[in-house]
Amino acid sequence: MATQHSRSAARFMMAPAVILLLGWMLVPLTMTLYFSFKSYLPLRGGDLGWTGFDNYVRFVTSSAFWPSVITTLVIVGGVLVITVCLGILLAMLLDQPMWGQGIVRILVIAPFFVMPTVSALVWKNMFMDPTNGLLSHLWRFFGAEPVAWLSEVPTTSIVMIVSWQWLPFATLILLTAIQSLDSEQLEAAEMDGAPHLSRFFYIILPHLARAITIVVLIQTIFLLSIFAEIFVTTGGAFGTRTLTYLIYQRVLESQNVGLGSAGGVYAIILANIVAIFLMRIVGKNMDA
Amino acid sequence: MGRITLNKVVKRFGEVEVIPPLDLTIEDGEFTVFVGPSGCGKSTLLRLIAGLEDVSSGDITIDGTPATDLPPAKRGLAMVFQSYALYPHMSVRKNIAFPMKMAGLSQEEQEARIKKAADALNLTDYLDRRPGQLSGGQRQRVAIGRAIVREPSAFLFDEPLSNLDAALRVGMRLEISELHERLKTTMIYVTHDQVEAMTMADKIVVLRAGHIEQVGSPLELYRNPRNLFVAGFIGSPKMNLIPGAPAAKHDATHIGIRPEHFRIVESGGTFTGKVIVSEHLGSDTFFHVDVEGVEEAVTIRAGGEVGLRHGDKIHIEPEEGQIHRFDAQGLRIA
Ligand SMILES: Nc1ncnc2c1ncn2[C@@H]1O[C@H](COP(=O)(O)OP(=O)(O)OP(=O)(O)O)[C@@H](O)[C@H]1O
Ligand SMILES: [Mg+2]
Repeated sequence: MATQHSRSAARFMMAPAVILLLGWMLVPLTMTLYFSFKSYLPLRGGDLGWTGFDNYVRFVTSSAFWPSVITTLVIVGGVLVITVCLGILLAMLLDQPMWGQGIVRILVIAPFFVMPTVSALVWKNMFMDPTNGLLSHLWRFFGAEPVAWLSEVPTTSIVMIVSWQWLPFATLILLTAIQSLDSEQLEAAEMDGAPHLSRFFYIILPHLARAITIVVLIQTIFLLSIFAEIFVTTGGAFGTRTLTYLIYQRVLESQNVGLGSAGGVYAIILANIVAIFLMRIVGKNMDA
Repeated sequence: MGRITLNKVVKRFGEVEVIPPLDLTIEDGEFTVFVGPSGCGKSTLLRLIAGLEDVSSGDITIDGTPATDLPPAKRGLAMVFQSYALYPHMSVRKNIAFPMKMAGLSQEEQEARIKKAADALNLTDYLDRRPGQLSGGQRQRVAIGRAIVREPSAFLFDEPLSNLDAALRVGMRLEISELHERLKTTMIYVTHDQVEAMTMADKIVVLRAGHIEQVGSPLELYRNPRNLFVAGFIGSPKMNLIPGAPAAKHDATHIGIRPEHFRIVESGGTFTGKVIVSEHLGSDTFFHVDVEGVEEAVTIRAGGEVGLRHGDKIHIEPEEGQIHRFDAQGLRIA
């Protein structure tokens, strides 16, 4: 009953939410854009006027830019590979009927509920600490020299921490995908003489293709902006400075709001490119 | 090639015994149909033969070799599923090639067999499509094609036509029968459908709660049902089973008379009653008659031109020698 009257009433009722959301998004976005064209140094003279595209050029030509892009790619790529591979394995495991299935599933999902800052601190102090960490105890138990995780292999450590956080998400999505696989297809393949491994590669993996793409794209959007995990562990040292972290440093450590904002705009563009791919694929999923 | 023997096969799911000890032999080249009410264990029996379920006890022999512990792939059987179970991300060609690829056949051999199967099943134009782009009937043909190319010693079908509309079902029924004539391979076919069972089978196995009630050719089952259950199950519309006084006259607990074995007479007749409903099919008319002294409505078949209507009085007379008699245990009295 979408009469003229009820429609305008609906618009009227939705207006507060829409305005709030728009304001929420538009105000910071406009401010970022505004500052990115300014030379704005709060502790060194404040607003020094318009500078055109200077900030944009300076951001990409600085010596820290390319290393930070590479670090971002390594961390995002590493986490994606680990979460997708382990996610598929875990999902297949959880799909098997087993004792205590409900509890195991909740346990697997648990890391997702831990705040990034907390989980990074837990990893840093309880697992990766070179003297008291559980991992160093483990190393010593086997007679090996403990690893100073966060200074010797900082990028790997961060990849490990972030993977631990995102594995539940990947597992959950892949588990629902696996559960939607028609068991008759697997039985048909079994009758057709396909051993376990072939059934995995010819039937299960293609069936999961869409779910994997979705996991990859959604995670990419969120992983591009990881911050807390770096902030509380290495603080951007030892080559763990990602694009997001670089922006943070430009704004808060060098107190150059204009330069940081330009970096922020680059990040927005990047995230949108990924988002467009995501919408396309999710949209296709709906059609099929 | 393709003789399947079940010896005291039992299947339990947990505590529930779905198939009690069951013996059955399916001869080479025979078209065997399993029929029975829903949930009686037809699919389970088929899956036991296929190896998709493990038997709880007893053994299965295929071609004289013990197959009880063989995995499905090693039994040399091909199965066509009710949901077709095609691989959705592969083209029709790849679907059909899949079992051959798994068996490690040469590329030329694969091509040759695909071509043969596609010709036989009218699939040549669709080879490069995905299953999602095919109609139900075409999908069913692809599933059959995938089964044929393996050159199995027996085909297993689990209600392969139940997802198709009536017209298509008739067509596919003929195609499968024709395929059987051509290949002369053993086929086991599960169905709900009376007509499929009667027209396609060399041998019908009637199941109830995992028990075999009777095994025989379609006409044997039609003419000499061994008990009340088979009598009521085979034939459409159902046989009229009449207990009480009319049965006692024939020294039986129940008598069974098929709708087609009644004659309408002017007066007298064994039974007199009123027409409740008449169904005109054009060629035939079915009358549901409320007969005096019989609790359930009696169904009779008459020619298409008989024009009785609701409430009309009717006298009917069973044909000579077409009365089936059953004793108190429900068994046929010879
Ligand atoms: N995996 C299972 N676990 C427990 N019980 C099962 C399982 N599979 C089947 N059953 C039971 O076994 C009985 C026989 O099932 P089956 O699927 O063989 O019936 P069917 O004759 O094929 O029925 P339909 O004609 O409806 O397909 C049913 O009572 C069903 O509930
Ligand atoms: Mg069934």
